[in-house]
Amino acid sequence: MENTSQRSEWVINLLIKVSGYSSILFVTLILIFLLREGLPALGVTPLSNLFGDRWYPIESYFGILPLLFGSLVVTLGALLIAIPFGIGTSVFISEIAPPWVNSVVKPLIEILAGLPSVVLGFLGIQVAAPLFREAFNLPTGLSAFTGAVLLALIATPTIVSITEDALNTVPPAYRQAALALGATKWQTIWGVTVPAARSGILTAIMLGIGRSIGETMAVMMVTGNAPVLPHGLNALVMPVRTMTATIASEMGEVANGSPHYQVLFFIGIVLFVISLGINIAASWVSLRSKTRAERVLS
Amino acid sequence: MVNPMEKIRIEHLSIRYSDGTESLRDICLSIPANQITVLFGPAGGGKSTLLRALNRLNDLADVQEVSGQILFNGVNILDPGVNVVNLRRKIGMVFSRPVVLPLSIYQNVSYGLELMGERRKSKLDEAVERALRRAALWDEVYDRLKDPASAISGGQQQRLCLARVLALEPEVILLDEPTSALDPVSTARIEGLMQEIKEQYTIVWVPHNVQQAARMADYAAFFLQGELVEHGPGETLFVKPRDQRTQDYVTGRFG
Repeated sequence: MENTSQRSEWVINLLIKVSGYSSILFVTLILIFLLREGLPALGVTPLSNLFGDRWYPIESYFGILPLLFGSLVVTLGALLIAIPFGIGTSVFISEIAPPWVNSVVKPLIEILAGLPSVVLGFLGIQVAAPLFREAFNLPTGLSAFTGAVLLALIATPTIVSITEDALNTVPPAYRQAALALGATKWQTIWGVTVPAARSGILTAIMLGIGRSIGETMAVMMVTGNAPVLPHGLNALVMPVRTMTATIASEMGEVANGSPHYQVLFFIGIVLFVISLGINIAASWVSLRSKTRAERVLS
Repeated sequence: MVNPMEKIRIEHLSIRYSDGTESLRDICLSIPANQITVLFGPAGGGKSTLLRALNRLNDLADVQEVSGQILFNGVNILDPGVNVVNLRRKIGMVFSRPVVLPLSIYQNVSYGLELMGERRKSKLDEAVERALRRAALWDEVYDRLKDPASAISGGQQQRLCLARVLALEPEVILLDEPTSALDPVSTARIEGLMQEIKEQYTIVWVPHNVQQAARMADYAAFFLQGELVEHGPGETLFVKPRDQRTQDYVTGRFG
């Protein structure tokens, strides 16, 4: 009897350990695989070509700058929309809205978070793109701007739910203290509550960036997929192509082991490094907030 | 009969929360100026509710029904037309746990003034120093005003909260168990401080035990389950209470 319970204890322990350590293993394996397939690109393709401004794989032009630029411009555009919108929504939900509005808005935002991006892509192609083409009088509605708007829709729920958590963890005593000093509701929100939730909001923004830069399907459907390095500000309303969309659309038809194949993997490495950097930044920010909270408690 | 020393008069005040807890029933009480009035009694008696009615902080809570009047300088502050922001500047409040805002020591004190629209650096510097001195904190923090307020000790934080209130030059200071989270030394400092400054303000204090109530009260009011059982000058109420329930509570027979 004693023996069997000890055995099952040991087995459960082992299983938990294995599932815990497996995440480390998987990330390591993915990294090794990416590096093995992608790093040879540096040897095969000259750096001037790899970081050139022309992406035309059929004639061996593998400049990833237009793709990098496409990803950045769409992501930045999305964040410019999603951050103010997301923070505004969370402030509304946690500080202003009456409870019944809350109970409607919050589930709706969760639904938005769970919506497959390909469905948003439909809406982008069918509704948003023609709308923007008409509104701005463009040759095509499939542009960086349309992509940014869709990405903003995708990133907003992430930002809202984490920001709202952060606002909810601000002690009610802060609000009372500010109000008791004669602050108005808005002065309390912008002067005390939001700054007190600052680190949580920064984490929300970081994760929103991560969500945007990794998104593939929706941007592939609406950005027009033109890998050109644009000149000037009107680049915002011109077609672009992101790194993710390039990998997704070209990986299927490339010869295994060819330079093109290796460059696509190299793009994967670039994406990996970017999202790693964002995650490190996010955890650094939340770590800092934790040590501050500990200091307050001590 | 109008008492010239009267600062706040509460007339037939009743407050009921929507979940039925902590209500006040028909409270009539006069709060004298330039004295410490102590509201005491066992938990759930309505002391904090009354305190929060005085600066309308109850507006935030789930209050279902308020009736009666609270006259402050002759004006009924429960009137919906009253400017709550101005009222709260005249009636400051210190909470039971030191709540420093996530700002620097200096900004914690200057915050209320900045909310009022004061932008001039020299005025702010002057007001911050005066408030910190009056709260007996200046000597301990003058060389690190830029540090985050969360870095100083709990007792210092509570005095910082007091300084924050004093900076607004209020007429009334409400203290909701201000020393319940503090050590005895810090508690004694706050108590001494309030004795020193009471001449210039009207102080309403909810103490966290009956000993503190007896120590601090110029005037005292005993609350039991929403009822104002007895009130009167501290020296008589704690020595010769008229009501048996007050007697029992003060002597520690329950509570």
